[in-house]
Amino acid sequence: MFDGLISNYGEAVAVLLFAIGFGNLLLQKNLIKKIIGLNFMDTGTYLFLAEKGYIEGRMAPIVVNGVQDVNAYINPIPSGLVLTGIVVSVSVTALMLSLTIRLYQRYHTLDMDEISTILKKEEL
Amino acid sequence: MSRLKNDEEYKKTRAFRFFRWMKGEKDPYLDEVEMQPGVPFQDSRTVNEILMEEQETLEKVYNTASNRWLRRFKQLYNVLSVVFSLALAAVMLYMVAKLPTAGTVDRPVNNEVSKVYIENGIQDTGAVNIVTGMILNYRAFDTFGETCVLFIATTCVMILLMKEEEKIRADQTLNDRRFEPKNDVILQKVAFILVPIVFIFGIYVILNGHLSPGGGFSGGAMIGAGMILYVSAYGFDKMQKFFNEHTYKVVKVAALCTYCVVITYYLFMGANDFDNHIPLGVPGMIFSSGIILWLNIFVGIEVACTMYAFYALFRRGGL
Amino acid sequence: MEFLRNFPCFSVILTMCASIVSSGMNGKWARKLNIVVISTVGLLSAAALYLTIVTNQCYVYKMGRFPAPWGNEIRFGVLETLMALFFSVVMLLSVLGGRKHLFEELDPFKENLYYVLVNLLMSSLLALIYTNDLFTAYVFVEINTISACGLIMIRENGHTLEAATRYMIMSLIGSGLLLFGLCILYGITGHLLMSNIKEQVALLVATEQFHIPLIVAIVFIVVGLAVKSALFPFHSWLPDSYGYSTASSAAILSSLVSKGYIFLLVKIFYRVIGFEIITESKILNVLFVFGLCGMIFGSLSAIKENDIRRMIAFSSVAQIGYIYMGFGLRTEAGIIASIFHIFSHAASKSMLFISAVGLTDVSGKSKKFLDLTGAGYRNVIAGITFTVGALSMVGVPLFPGFISKILFARAGVSVTLNRMLPTLICLAVSTILNTVYFMKTVLRIYTPVKTDYKNIKWKENLSCSIVCIFFIILNIALGMYSEPIVELIQSGIAMFA
Repeated sequence: MFDGLISNYGEAVAVLLFAIGFGNLLLQKNLIKKIIGLNFMDTGTYLFLAEKGYIEGRMAPIVVNGVQDVNAYINPIPSGLVLTGIVVSVSVTALMLSLTIRLYQRYHTLDMDEISTILKKEEL
Repeated sequence: MSRLKNDEEYKKTRAFRFFRWMKGEKDPYLDEVEMQPGVPFQDSRTVNEILMEEQETLEKVYNTASNRWLRRFKQLYNVLSVVFSLALAAVMLYMVAKLPTAGTVDRPVNNEVSKVYIENGIQDTGAVNIVTGMILNYRAFDTFGETCVLFIATTCVMILLMKEEEKIRADQTLNDRRFEPKNDVILQKVAFILVPIVFIFGIYVILNGHLSPGGGFSGGAMIGAGMILYVSAYGFDKMQKFFNEHTYKVVKVAALCTYCVVITYYLFMGANDFDNHIPLGVPGMIFSSGIILWLNIFVGIEVACTMYAFYALFRRGGL
Repeated sequence: MEFLRNFPCFSVILTMCASIVSSGMNGKWARKLNIVVISTVGLLSAAALYLTIVTNQCYVYKMGRFPAPWGNEIRFGVLETLMALFFSVVMLLSVLGGRKHLFEELDPFKENLYYVLVNLLMSSLLALIYTNDLFTAYVFVEINTISACGLIMIRENGHTLEAATRYMIMSLIGSGLLLFGLCILYGITGHLLMSNIKEQVALLVATEQFHIPLIVAIVFIVVGLAVKSALFPFHSWLPDSYGYSTASSAAILSSLVSKGYIFLLVKIFYRVIGFEIITESKILNVLFVFGLCGMIFGSLSAIKENDIRRMIAFSSVAQIGYIYMGFGLRTEAGIIASIFHIFSHAASKSMLFISAVGLTDVSGKSKKFLDLTGAGYRNVIAGITFTVGALSMVGVPLFPGFISKILFARAGVSVTLNRMLPTLICLAVSTILNTVYFMKTVLRIYTPVKTDYKNIKWKENLSCSIVCIFFIILNIALGMYSEPIVELIQSGIAMFA
């Protein structure tokens, strides 16, 4: 089992990042640190996906000198998928941060438990 | 002779009783069920005592620091979270050990799909950069969806943070300039040199998306960063002379609409196997690769507007 | 006739284009454009449904010049077009029914942004229904999440902001798990197109290669989608989100958004993993147990509630438990019952939310039961609509809830004993619990009491009254003429795989 882990070390690190991000999301009380945890999870996922495309000894998929042999370039598909994923991650982080700003302006605290407690007392 | 009943007879009929029940005019229990007269509610405490007792109960329930069960629950939750994260990490590491070896050629991922992209990429799309050709020509619908994700995130941030024009002007003198009353001279001199360079480099990256690494997303982010640097150095008043909210709306809607029209034409012509009469040009020149250059430009404009809008909305509540 | 093949692609692109244009218009024109676009989508879906019924085959439509797996592809048969038609009808009625409250609760210069969100939500639902490619499904799942969050927080008070934050955090966990499972599946099969993945998965199961990664990938995808559609332990975001948002948002969210994810899950079961493989695994057992717990627990929480909209939101938790119980039965009859329940729940729940808001209007805007006493006499149309919705949820014949319970029971008796007994027992117990809280509310709104609240006649709020009447007609039609629809679902499932 360990030689499998050592040969796939990139993917192992990506998986560790994902688990750390998930733990961060569950354990932290501060809302901004939870958002950072979400970013960890996304970064781990993109590293995992980008590792899928790499082939040792080959170049990036930009055609140089007209060489169009499939043995000269790495797999281009995971790079395209990671591009889409990064844009989604940025949008979602911006949305979560603006929600945090509004909550802070209203309740002056960044702790979700305290906000729930204040809301239970507040009448709609 | 009229067959209408008079009032007293009508009040005895079933139809009258039914309609009265439907309209809810009479309580069905009155005069029918024997009810005890109500006892007036007697409370020997004064109003002050009742209010104090209510305050005390609320304190006891919601005061989390002194609540013993709540503290135990929080400790249990922390322990369970750590255990769960470690279990997740262990399961996933075990899974990674069983995956196909990274970096080698004989994996399921390297199949005929990437072969066709690499071998026929230039002939089909005209783009030297295979990844750009893939996302903007083969899988153009996915990129359109992704552009819409940026668009809708901007919309949601605008809903949350946008303030009206008079309030922005009133707040600006108070919040923005409390610690730095005047524009910083060093920042202005450096920005004077850097901002044009950043803009030109961003435009270069967008236009060369199909020839070298780059494309609409990265170039647009650079132009957005250049705009943010300009606004930080010179202030919003100077920025609004050439990029205010009206310009933003016009530019963004125009870019996205044109993108939409081009994509619709391309998808419709392609799906029905018509020839779409867009020349692919000579690979390696800037004006080549059909629609990819124009899609890169539209995406770049949209990403630049989005980045700047995020900054302006977070800082000031408006463009 | 062959031109009708283009209509699903047209409907997706039309809604996206309409949302882009609405962001530049002012509120009045955005509203008119929204209604026109949703009606057009309904007509286009009806035409595509007619095409698929007449030719009785599944169409594969390539988006662009290149066939799949090199380009994108959408695929539609009877079931997908029926679902698209139904969703557009429910969305049109919800948006029209909650219009008066949108005027009162929104900022006037942010009104066009609401219609941007509604249009993009419609486009992402259509794309989720039609897509045949897993990565396109992920991108549109993200659009769905962000626009649903926008719909919740468009009414800006403390409760909706906190509800939106909680919804986003849980939904992003779900999306992250879904994306990770997708990446693992891509790593072991090498394809992103659903049909190709299915062949590869069958090969992998036959040769016992990559056994652990396949199981982990399937578990992540199923758990991710279950978190996003509010299965039992992951439902904590649901009562706040549905209970405090504006009327049409609550109707759209409860009937359409969670159902889009459940439909994607059905698609993944049939087209990515294969129905035989998934019925042999233990994952459906877990979904079955959680579905049963959700049915009982949701109803118990609804009985405890003092607020009418939160009560209806908890009833949604119970109904989603029904759908997952149908999946857990592991037969085709169970899946057909679940899909019919998607239709019946969408029709009844949106009606309940629109009429609940009508009832609270005549009780001084208060949602507590004490103030709602006698509201059925003050707002006659809302009272009748709420009664019809409550009877449908309980399962009285003539309404679609009865048909879906019969279908679940029929699917339940044809399985082995250790799955039949819990199904029938929980079905019976949850029907009784549903009756308790729904009938209690109906009796309370029809108890005559003297109050100072103003009556609302049906002529004053004409659009809302017409929408309520259409909802009642839709429910009665679904309840009485359910046989053709069940047959359509059955033929759709047959050509689904």
